[in-house]
Amino acid sequence: MTGLSTAFAIARKDLRTEFRTKESLNASASFALVILVIFSFAFNLERDEFYAISGGLLWLVYSFAGAMIVNRAFSRELPNDCLDVLITSPAPGWAIFFGKALAAFCLLLIVEAISLPVFGLFYNIQWINAAGPLVLIILLATWGMTIVGAAFSAVIVNVRLRELMLPVLLYPILIPLLIAAMGGTTALMNGEGLSGDNFGYLRQLIVFDAIYTALALYMIEFILVF
Amino acid sequence: MREKAIYILCFLGACLMIWNLHHIFTEMAPEAAQGMAGWILFIHVPADFMGDILYTIALVTCVLYLVKKDLRYDSISVACIEVGTMFILVNLVTGSIWGKNQWGIWWTWDLRLTTQLMKFLLYLGYLVVRPAISEPSQRATMSAFIGIFAYADVPLVMMAIRLPNVRTQHPSPVIETGGINSVMLPFVIGIFAQLMMALALMLVRLHQESNRREIDSLRRELHAL
Repeated sequence: MTGLSTAFAIARKDLRTEFRTKESLNASASFALVILVIFSFAFNLERDEFYAISGGLLWLVYSFAGAMIVNRAFSRELPNDCLDVLITSPAPGWAIFFGKALAAFCLLLIVEAISLPVFGLFYNIQWINAAGPLVLIILLATWGMTIVGAAFSAVIVNVRLRELMLPVLLYPILIPLLIAAMGGTTALMNGEGLSGDNFGYLRQLIVFDAIYTALALYMIEFILVF
Repeated sequence: MREKAIYILCFLGACLMIWNLHHIFTEMAPEAAQGMAGWILFIHVPADFMGDILYTIALVTCVLYLVKKDLRYDSISVACIEVGTMFILVNLVTGSIWGKNQWGIWWTWDLRLTTQLMKFLLYLGYLVVRPAISEPSQRATMSAFIGIFAYADVPLVMMAIRLPNVRTQHPSPVIETGGINSVMLPFVIGIFAQLMMALALMLVRLHQESNRREIDSLRRELHAL
């Protein structure tokens, strides 16, 4: 098997186990909904003001949900020493990691697809007009989030209190990504396009994705096999 | 030998710092726009220099650790990052005091302030996670990974906050504007004083780390018995 087909096999395996047990999917999706409800109490705003903070709200929800999903990426393999078996298998380290990131990416997209309509509904925000560019931003930012998240999930898989440690590491690293995703989404919600000044948001997301995908794929070998 | 070096460095650093303060308060006229509060910059700016230099050294030793797998590089990284984070904290606090005096507010979400805070938080994450990993070589590998990721993030945050609708209040560095001649001496002395402090602290930290390595290996021997 080549590296890529190994990666896809691992992604398929992860998705299959997740669809059978639905442990992190259920938890993450319901958590996202709860956060959306709580935000409605946090801000007592007019409709226009909600548009101004819509990007921030949406990405806070997504990043909270995302941390729950990526946390499971590697810790899922801990029972029965499955992780050790994976590492000692002939599959290259980057393929294992890439497969896991891919599976987490799909899961997070599902959670986001569930919470986006609810978000529009609760806060009366018309996102459907800008659906195309919004999906682009969501895909880019979600990929960045899962690649960094899966890398840190591998780093801290053997750490005590890993559920607490992941956010401490993950959110500061994600700041440039979240700034771009929040800014871009808010611009879209306010009816602006992604051209001109706002193209910077897209560029920032692409740069973040490229740098961290390369860095994580290159360094994961050191992390998994040390 | 090492202890002597630490004491000498501390003594020299303290002497330089006291001399510098004496020079600033007695020889220099209060700056027109800022008054006496402006002199805090002679601590503020060198602290940032030290922080950045130490983080850069830490990046190099993090990479070297991953390549060579020598725990001494890990000790240097952690010493650099711990001391560097302290200097960045000094930079943030002194900057905040200066800002309260000049701008009337402790904090603003400005370009430099934000990146500096992010740098601080990123490396704080490194220092928080490190003690949670008990196995030494694993701890070193994971820390090196985090150190490299954190360093890569700083330029990105810098780019991110340059995106639309960002304003800046932080004065541009005097080195860029050329108005440096009259204040050059206290700056240079300040940098040297803090460099000696940094070196002394790093030596203490490296000593602790080598002790820790010894304890770890003794513990491992004990388990083997």
